[in-house]
Parts: sequence; structure tokens; C-alpha cells
Amino acid sequence: MITLLKNGKIYDPAYRKDGVVEDIYLYQGRIVPKPLDATKISQTFDLAGKVVMAGAIDMHSHIGGGKMNIARMMLPELQQKQAQETKNLSEPEAHICTPHCSHHTTHHSIPSTTDTGFRYIEMGYTAAFEPAISPVNARQAHLEMGDTPMIDKGGYAMLGNDDYFLRMLAAKKDQKAINDYVAWILHATQAIGIKVVNPGGINAFKFNQRRLNLDENNSHYQVSPREILQSLSRAVHELGIAKPLHVHCNNLGAAGNFETTLNTMGASDGLPMHLTHIQFHSYGTEGDKKFSSAAAQISEALNKNKHITADVGQILFGQTVTASGDSMMQHLNAKHANPKKSVIMDIECDAGCGVLPFKYRDQNYVNALQWAIGLEIFLSAEDPWRIFLTTDHPNGAPFTSYPHLIRLLMDKTFRNETFAKLNLDAQAMSNLTSLNREYSLYEIAIMTRAGASKLIGLNDRGHLGVGASADITVYTDQTDREAMFAKPDYVFKNGELVVRDGVVTKVVWGATHTAKPAFDIGVEKDLKDYFDKYQTMQLDSFKISDDEIAEGGRGKIITHLNKS
Amino acid sequence: MKNYTRSNEPTPATCPACGLLCDDLILNATAPISIKNGCAKSIAFFEQSFQTSIAESPSLFGKPCDLNTAISAAADILRKSKQPLFAGLGTEVQGMRALMRLAEKSNATLDHMHSESTVRNTLTMQNGGWLTTTLAEVKNRADVILAIGTDIVSSHPRFFEKVVWNTDSLFNKSTPAIIYLAVPAENTKAGITPNGTASTMIPAEAANIPEIVNALNALLINKKIQAEVVGGVAISALLAVVEKLKAAQYAVVVWSAGSLKFTHAELTIQSIVQLINKLNETSRAAGFPLNSGDGDTSINNTSTWLSGYPTRSRFVNGKPEYYTYHFSTQKQLKLCDALLWVSTFNPHVPPNTDTPTIVIGHPNTQLEHKSDVFIPVGIPGVDHTGLMFRVDSSITLPLKKLRDSHLPTLSDVINSIEALV
Repeated sequence: MITLLKNGKIYDPAYRKDGVVEDIYLYQGRIVPKPLDATKISQTFDLAGKVVMAGAIDMHSHIGGGKMNIARMMLPELQQKQAQETKNLSEPEAHICTPHCSHHTTHHSIPSTTDTGFRYIEMGYTAAFEPAISPVNARQAHLEMGDTPMIDKGGYAMLGNDDYFLRMLAAKKDQKAINDYVAWILHATQAIGIKVVNPGGINAFKFNQRRLNLDENNSHYQVSPREILQSLSRAVHELGIAKPLHVHCNNLGAAGNFETTLNTMGASDGLPMHLTHIQFHSYGTEGDKKFSSAAAQISEALNKNKHITADVGQILFGQTVTASGDSMMQHLNAKHANPKKSVIMDIECDAGCGVLPFKYRDQNYVNALQWAIGLEIFLSAEDPWRIFLTTDHPNGAPFTSYPHLIRLLMDKTFRNETFAKLNLDAQAMSNLTSLNREYSLYEIAIMTRAGASKLIGLNDRGHLGVGASADITVYTDQTDREAMFAKPDYVFKNGELVVRDGVVTKVVWGATHTAKPAFDIGVEKDLKDYFDKYQTMQLDSFKISDDEIAEGGRGKIITHLNKS
Repeated sequence: MKNYTRSNEPTPATCPACGLLCDDLILNATAPISIKNGCAKSIAFFEQSFQTSIAESPSLFGKPCDLNTAISAAADILRKSKQPLFAGLGTEVQGMRALMRLAEKSNATLDHMHSESTVRNTLTMQNGGWLTTTLAEVKNRADVILAIGTDIVSSHPRFFEKVVWNTDSLFNKSTPAIIYLAVPAENTKAGITPNGTASTMIPAEAANIPEIVNALNALLINKKIQAEVVGGVAISALLAVVEKLKAAQYAVVVWSAGSLKFTHAELTIQSIVQLINKLNETSRAAGFPLNSGDGDTSINNTSTWLSGYPTRSRFVNGKPEYYTYHFSTQKQLKLCDALLWVSTFNPHVPPNTDTPTIVIGHPNTQLEHKSDVFIPVGIPGVDHTGLMFRVDSSITLPLKKLRDSHLPTLSDVINSIEALV
């Protein structure tokens, strides 16, 4: 039972293949060498002229957990509107997904878990990573991801605002103790990486601080965001976790925050860090409106600091909802919510969250400039292995707008035409039209496949080498890159054909990717004391077992080895 | 009770009897019941659970039958139905997952038995949002707790014991000051501090709560109030409350939508939220909405991620729709052509109706009217494992299996029905 993908144009940056015509053989969910016995080939797809890439990997997308469910719950009117828009468009051909799936007809900001899986696979994405799992809420995040079909998933556990960690830092516990705690959290939450959101700031908000700068102390613990970043980036590095510390910088969304971002790059003393949705952290204070693009400074620093990676968090125009762990900044920004409502939470001496609907308008100066800033960063970042394509779904735009974003990156004429329709003051403040770069298919494959896989440490995903998991997407090469990336001809998940002509033909369930570095279990002694004294659940209830993820056979855990 | 076996060793248990979801219980014995860290509600729950003996088998029109016959009969009713109502919904996450699949397949309307209360909170959240907190934050930070129209302990018995009168808190805060607004004095003993300090009482009729909360809002923004008394409460007393809230390091306002039993209570909850939001402009405060139990928070969360909407909702040709007014049990009982009633934690009975009725529930369920189909199922957290959302919604905890039981799980039964529909 070998499947042959014949004569496709292969874009596989992990093996430096840039459009070479080759055959690929699939057997038992993996890519295998050419078989000696051709008679064993049971199925052949003639892909002459087609573009073949590994399944895409979204390394930052809010797909599961409490804040997404809050977003759904608080915005039924948005869901109803988007469902109505779906209904008005022609129904897809008969297919076997749930009847309410709306094939690439709408940009759904807060899809149900079922729709999330379908919409991703229909675009050729075979994995997505939830970047903000608060450890106490991890079980819910995994429940939601467990109900997300078609794709692989995983998540980054948030630390750095939890009182347990800040107590350790304030007490100047040694790095080994910190490392053991970080590793324990990864095990307990079934996560693959560690994230820090507004380092120390979410916690400081609970003590009524309203902003926290990189070198400003949390008023209670007297530790600074810089110390938090140093400690956590070192823990991630020393534990050998592949995924660099995922950092949502302080001062999200604030004019002038680019300086915080530049300084943050230096906070890890050269150890790897990933700065997420960097667009939201690249704002200057120039001009009449005291809001300007600092994309040039940020890109220059990014190009220079090889230990830093970033994803963009591009905004695109339209209605969406912003869901963030950053309760401090979301509370500050709640006045901009549209429609005007916000849910803010302090969570369990562990984290926080803030959910507010948002409408990005192309005639609004700030929104138009945000759009341009994101693209300026994309086009000025020299190394596609260190920059990643995200909209911080749903915060900048829903992930279903990736094909549109890819066209903006690959098609300068289209980009400049779109730019010319924006708020004129914003146009005057952006150098976007002077950036002539057009991304190539090879570079898109790096950003959305090979680079993402390398960053997270997925090893057997994101490339088409022998032994790789047979997650493969086949596109028709079209000049309209949006049309091309919206509707692949074929998507294979673990070697099975699951999408044909952009329509799901078979429902499958992906795996959950985790990292489980070794640690000293002795860390549980102090944790148990802490839970018994200060928490409102038992330590054992906090930990998520492998069986919970396996869900009686539907789910599966894949644990990735530490980086070598 | 030949069909149940339980070891006699002390067994750790998680209690689904209220939204606190205490997971520090130790079940020592079942007859008579003996539980470490138990409360009135948990003792009643486990006592009831371990006395199961009434319905050992499914029944059709009150006559015992085997499980497969009952499942076929239930599937038959749903197959013939164009507009079934799934009500009660007293279950946890796994049960709700199964129910959602069946609802999608059978075009059902979904409503929880306590949604009258839940909807008041949901509408508030959908109108303007809110700022809330969770149990561990209350335990470690709260220095002022204002309870509006609820004594808290009737619905959540260990609230004060676990998160207020604890001696351990992270930040050496002072013992919280408790303020009861419109709570009958006889129910406020739990608010007396361990060293005997009385709580602040603002006695008032529950019906006057809307007016009083509005007055608190006015006083907070320094509006002059001409009256000396609002809703039967002296302005000076309300002013004192406002001053306490403003001076607090971390004020927590607790309400229970279930105890605000006047029309359009959601407007009063909005007013409470407004008070909290205003306080947060300069100091820290947060809301703590209580839930009503029987898995209400769990089923709403599950419904929301699976369909995009909390309950009250329905499926039409597989597409989810949401309407809190029309899709209530009360309204739909008049329109539906089949009723599936689910209550697995407690033997709650379905509303009286002539519609063909399937009851899947607690083995102690005593039906006044012989339902077409009755299927006793295991009690989550007793007969089988499960997953539940705590009152503050951020925490999901596993329920434990405490004994071997012959009863099927709700999910098993629903999945078998779904296969036949």
C-alpha cells in the first residue's frame, strides 16, 4: 500500500529543494524511499506542474483554552453574523464534514473547535500551536484542542507571572530549582514550550500597577521583567527545550513601545528568545498623532541579533476579537473595544486574561499604520528562518486570512494597490512602497513549514525527507497567490488523503506534541506544600495525565526529544 | 447492594455537589457516610449516591426492560421527532460532548435545568463584559468581600472555610472584612471571623437590590443623592460600603444569579459590574459570580467550544443557533415533540409533559409520571470518572471513580442511541 506523488515541484527548504521535480512515496503515514518493487504502489497522484510542500505549521494561534471560550461566549452576535454570511454564499459540494462547515467562505474570528480543524486543513495547515496556556487552565485548553479534528496541536505554558515562580525569583533560588520547576510545568501541562506574557506585568496588575517597563520592579516581589526573562530563557536553554522562550513583551500596543522591544532582545544575554506578534511591539511616537512605525529599528535589530526569532502578528482589516493573557494591557485598552465590551480576569495566582472585540479599519490612522508596520517588518527581515507568518489569530486577524497575507507578501503590485486605499495620514508615515521585496515560494515554505518545525523542535514535520510524517500539501501554481493558498488540490495527513480541492474528504484526529525534559521530582515536595497552603486545588489535580490526552484512542501524545 | 463494590480503604474524592469542586475530600465509609473535609452538601450528595438501590434496571412505561431495549426505544422516539428538546443536562464535560453530537444529529434544542440563573450572567457578559477573579485570588488577595443578595454558603458551603478564613495567604493580608447586602441575618453566621468579629450587615429586601446597587454606583462617582434612604437602607450605610470598597487592596463582589429572583436581574448584574469597573479605574476589585450546580458551568463551556454558543441553543440541519429567550425549557416544552431529560448528579425529575419523554439519569430518580423510557446511568464522580468546570470557569478538574458499578455512563448510552438515530 504505497502512495506515489509523481512529478510534483518540491519546495522543501529543510533539504534546500527549491522547485525541483521529484517523486515522493508514502507508506504507513511516513515518507519512504523509492520502493524496489514498483508493484507495491497502489495509488499514484500525477502532480506534474503542481507545487508540493510539507503541511504548514502555525507556530502561534489561539486555538484552545479559557480565553477563546470567553470570546465565543461573549460575542454570539459576531458568530451569528458570520454564520449568516456563510449561508448567503453557495453551499459547497456534498462532503462528509459536519453540515455546518463553511468552506473558505468566511473569516471566522472565533470558530468552534470543529471549524478550527476544518478551516486549517482546508488551507493545507496540518498543525497549530496554542501559544498561551495558563497552567491552571491547561486541562481546558487540551479538551478544546482534543475536540479540534484534522490537525496536530500543542501549546506553550505561560510562566513568569505566577506567584510560585516570582517567589522563587525574589528568594533568589538557584537556577537548578527554577529549571526543575519549569520542567515540571511542561510535564504537568503537557506543553512543548514556555511562554511569558508581559513579564511580571500581569502579576503587577493584581497589585494595582498599571504599566511595567523592562527594568521596573513588580512592587511586591521587587523583581523586574528583565530578571524574569533572564531566568526563564536560561531555564529553557539549560533544559534543552528546542522551542526558545516565547516572549510577549511588556507594553503591548503602546506608542513608543519599540524601545522596550529593542531592550528585551538584550535581556537574555544572548540566549535564544522568540518575540511574538512583534508588530504589536514596534510602535514609535513620531508625527502629529504621536504614533509611528518603528519597523525599521525593529527589523534592523532583528537582523543583527541572531539569537532572536519573531513572528509578526499581522493585522488585517475587519472585525475580530483580541484574546490575550495580558490582563494589564487589555484592561488599559478596553476603551478601544468594538463592540464596546471586555472580559478581564485575574486567574488563580497563576495568570490573567483579557478578551475584547476589535474592529481594524483601513481608514483609521492607527489601524492602517499597524497594517503597514507588520508588512514592513516582514519585508525588512532578512532571514526567513527567523521570522514567522502569523496574525496572532484571532488578535490581528483570523487565521483564515493567511492566503491573503501570503499574497501581500508575494505580490508587490497587489500590496501597493491595497496600501493606496488606506488612511492617507498613515500612508504618509510608512515607507512600505519603497520596499520592493516579494517573497518567493521557497521563502513562504521556510516561514510556514521548515522554519516553524525547526523552531518548535518537531523533527519529523515541516519537511519532506525520508522518515518524515507524511503531512503534505499540494497546490496549483497560480499567479493569484491568495487563491492558490486558500484551496490546495490535495492535503495528506499522516499519509492519508484528507482534503481534495479544498474540501475535507476524511475526518482524522491529530496528535498533541509535547516536550518532557528530565527533572528532579524532589521539586514536588515544595510544590505540594505551596498547593496545600495557598492554592485551592490539590497538586495531583493540577497535573494532566497522558491518558487524558489520549482520550480513549482518539488523541495521541508525541514527545519530542530535547535538542542536541 | 450486590451490584456495587467499593474498597473499604479511605478514598480521595472530588465533590461535584457544588461549584467549589473540592478535591480534598477523603471518603472513609459509606454506610453511614463518613467524609473528611465534607460539608452539608457533599455529605448529602455522597449519602444519596451510595444509597442507590431504587432503579437497578431501565424501564419502558415503568416496566423493567434490558438496556438495549431501552436504547432502541429512545432512538425510536428521537428518530420520529422533528424537534426534540434536550433538557436537564445535569452532566459533566464527557456527557455533554456525547449529548452535543446527538443534538446535532437530531436537530435538538439544548437547555440546562438552571439556565434561568445562568442566562442572567451570560447576558451581562454579552452586554458589556465584566472583570472577575478566581478562588485562589480570593483566598490570597481579598481583603473586602461584598456579598450581594447571597449568603454564599447555602450554595457553596465551604467558601468561607476554604478561601476566607484560611490562615495561610501569600501576601500577609489582613483578615477580610465581610459585608452582606440584602441577606437575611440568620444566614450570615459564616461571615463572622474566627476570632468573633461580626460582619457588616446591610439588611434590605431582595427586591430592593437593583435600587441599592444603583445608589452605590452613584455614590462611587460622587453623585449627590437627595434621599436619605434608598431601598430601605440609609445612604450613610451605603457610603460606608463605598469607602470600604475604595480603600480595599483587592475587593471582591460576590453575587449569585440564582438568588436574584426578580425580572431583568441581568440589569442589576450589569450594575454590579459597573461598580467593579469603576473601582478598577483607581484600585483593584473583581467580581465573583456563583453558579447553580448540576454541571451548569461545565455544560456551557463544552457547548461553547463545540458549537460556538453556550446554551440555550439548538441545531437546525446541523447548524447551531442561539437564542436565550426562545430556547428555554419552559417555552420549548410547548413546541417540542420529544423530551430527553438528563440528570446524573441528582435524581431531578423532568417537568410534567404529555410529550414522549426519555429520562436518562441518577439511579434514585423517582418518576411521578411513567416516562416512555427511563435509563439509570452512573453518577459522575462516584461510578465513573469525569471532568468538571469549577464555579470560576478557569479550572477544570477530574472527577474520580469511587466504586465499581454495573451502571453504564451517560456517554455510553448517548453514543449507543446516536448510532441508531
